[in-house]
Amino acid sequence: MFGVEIAKAWHRPRTWVFAAGMAVLAALPVIVLAGMHGSGQGAAFFEETKHSGLFAAVAAMWLVQPFFLPLGTSLLSGESVAAEASNGTLRYLLVRPVTRSRLVLDKYLSVMAQVAIAVALVMVVGVLTGVIAFGFGPMPTLSGATLAPAPGLLRITAAGCYIVVGLAGLGAIGVFISTLTDSGIGAGAATLSIGIASQVLDNLSTLRVIHPYLPTHGWLAFADLFRAPVAWGEMTRGVILYCAYALVFLTAALFAFGRRDVHS
Amino acid sequence: MERGTLFGFLGPNGAGKTTTIRMLLGLVFPTGGEVEVLDEPMFESEATTARALRGVGAMIEEPAAWKWLSGRRNLEYFAHASGPADDRRARLGRIDDVLRLVGLEDAAGKKVKAYSQGMRQRLGIALAMLGAPDLLVLDEPTNGLDPAGMKEVRVLLRRLADDGTTVFVSSHLLWEVEAMCDRVGVLARGRLVAEGPPSALRVAGDTVRIEVDDVERAHRVLAVMDGVSVDGGADAVDGRKEIRVRLAAPATSSSVNAGLVGAGVEVSALVPEQASLEDTFLDLVGESGGDRAEGSGGQPGEVGANDANDANGGDRGGPDVRR
Repeated sequence: MFGVEIAKAWHRPRTWVFAAGMAVLAALPVIVLAGMHGSGQGAAFFEETKHSGLFAAVAAMWLVQPFFLPLGTSLLSGESVAAEASNGTLRYLLVRPVTRSRLVLDKYLSVMAQVAIAVALVMVVGVLTGVIAFGFGPMPTLSGATLAPAPGLLRITAAGCYIVVGLAGLGAIGVFISTLTDSGIGAGAATLSIGIASQVLDNLSTLRVIHPYLPTHGWLAFADLFRAPVAWGEMTRGVILYCAYALVFLTAALFAFGRRDVHS
Repeated sequence: MERGTLFGFLGPNGAGKTTTIRMLLGLVFPTGGEVEVLDEPMFESEATTARALRGVGAMIEEPAAWKWLSGRRNLEYFAHASGPADDRRARLGRIDDVLRLVGLEDAAGKKVKAYSQGMRQRLGIALAMLGAPDLLVLDEPTNGLDPAGMKEVRVLLRRLADDGTTVFVSSHLLWEVEAMCDRVGVLARGRLVAEGPPSALRVAGDTVRIEVDDVERAHRVLAVMDGVSVDGGADAVDGRKEIRVRLAAPATSSSVNAGLVGAGVEVSALVPEQASLEDTFLDLVGESGGDRAEGSGGQPGEVGANDANDANGGDRGGPDVRR
């Protein structure tokens, strides 16, 4: 089922449109910086990119993480089960027979795999364009010390992994909503709304008490990987939070879908 | 159902045919009772459901496919989707066979998006047969096919049943069911109201159509005969009159004939009519005739359309089919 999901996505034109869009976004920081003279006012990573092209990958991730990746994750997870229902293929998968729990879990895994591929694509394009434009120099960290290229790449990879784990919670929410409806686009929109609402709430200082429990809290903590020494605190809390969300909502999805009448 | 039978499942719209099929296939959970398919309980656990379904191929309502993929790739992906490795390999190995069986081998590489309705229907049947199932469940398999395609499907299902596959077909085309099925079950309002070979479902007691010259005298004669009840009458050609009578023992068509002729009534025709499955069907589902008129708005004339198709129903015609 997992392999079939990936193969289905591979043969789907929209996958490639989405990938091309991601690649363009990943190259954007470099294009902007290369055309910019003097020191502009930007996120820390954007400035650092001029010193080491490797930082372009981090800048690109900084750009896609708050909006574009949640968008993709929401749409993919939201339609995972619901689109099969509205397409009529859900009943044929279930009588194939694919067991209901297997269907939900493999759908979730395939969504997360596609998200991981998108993140990897952003990093690779970021590194390539950055290195071409600004060279393969040692990475200055946000704390001032510099990193050799090899450990720098390692930390970029770690940042990518953290981003993927960060979306695990939202993806599980999307799959859960997807088991409740036959409208893939509706489930995707609902999931995205939850992601946006969570980010908005995360920025309201009066609600500081609930911030640590929001599913999007700490999404940008991967920046801490580029300090010397690495500040693990927020990232550790983040990983625990996202895994908890994933666990709760996957359990809910298995429970809801396992007992639902399939009329579609 | 016995193994190797071709079973026709009839019922008006809303009778519960599709819901029953969905319960058989584990898609809808029953609120009571038990479902057993191929000797396996359906709703005990996910594992028993999967075991029960392993030997089942199905088409439920419309066929469905991933439209951006070719027909062949759809079959491949369904084959890959689950199950033990040897089962998946067996299904992959049968793709060419089932495509040939439904006549799609030339269109197998085309995207399903570009398929006609008939081609999608064929792909749905191909998918149902991919696992060489012991039990084939098909919901209106001839829907959307042209007459030649319908005939092919009937022949195919007959052949599969003769080779030992148990075939369960729902249909609203009564003549089709009558022509191909070994047994018929009639569902009305969620209950099985009749079950048996199509011939046994016909109304017991024959109806006879008689053409006479003097209808008043004939009525007087028939009124005193045992086991004869006059059902109706109509004008026939050449100034003759037609009377329709139902016969029960001891009356027979020859005793009626002898009685009429003996009383001086000229009988120019005496035609026994066997009730068609349609009459029986409408009798069985009873007052749901009203539902039929309202409920079939989406698919105009779903049952009524058989008047045109059904040779038997055509003979009989008339307003008395709906009581």
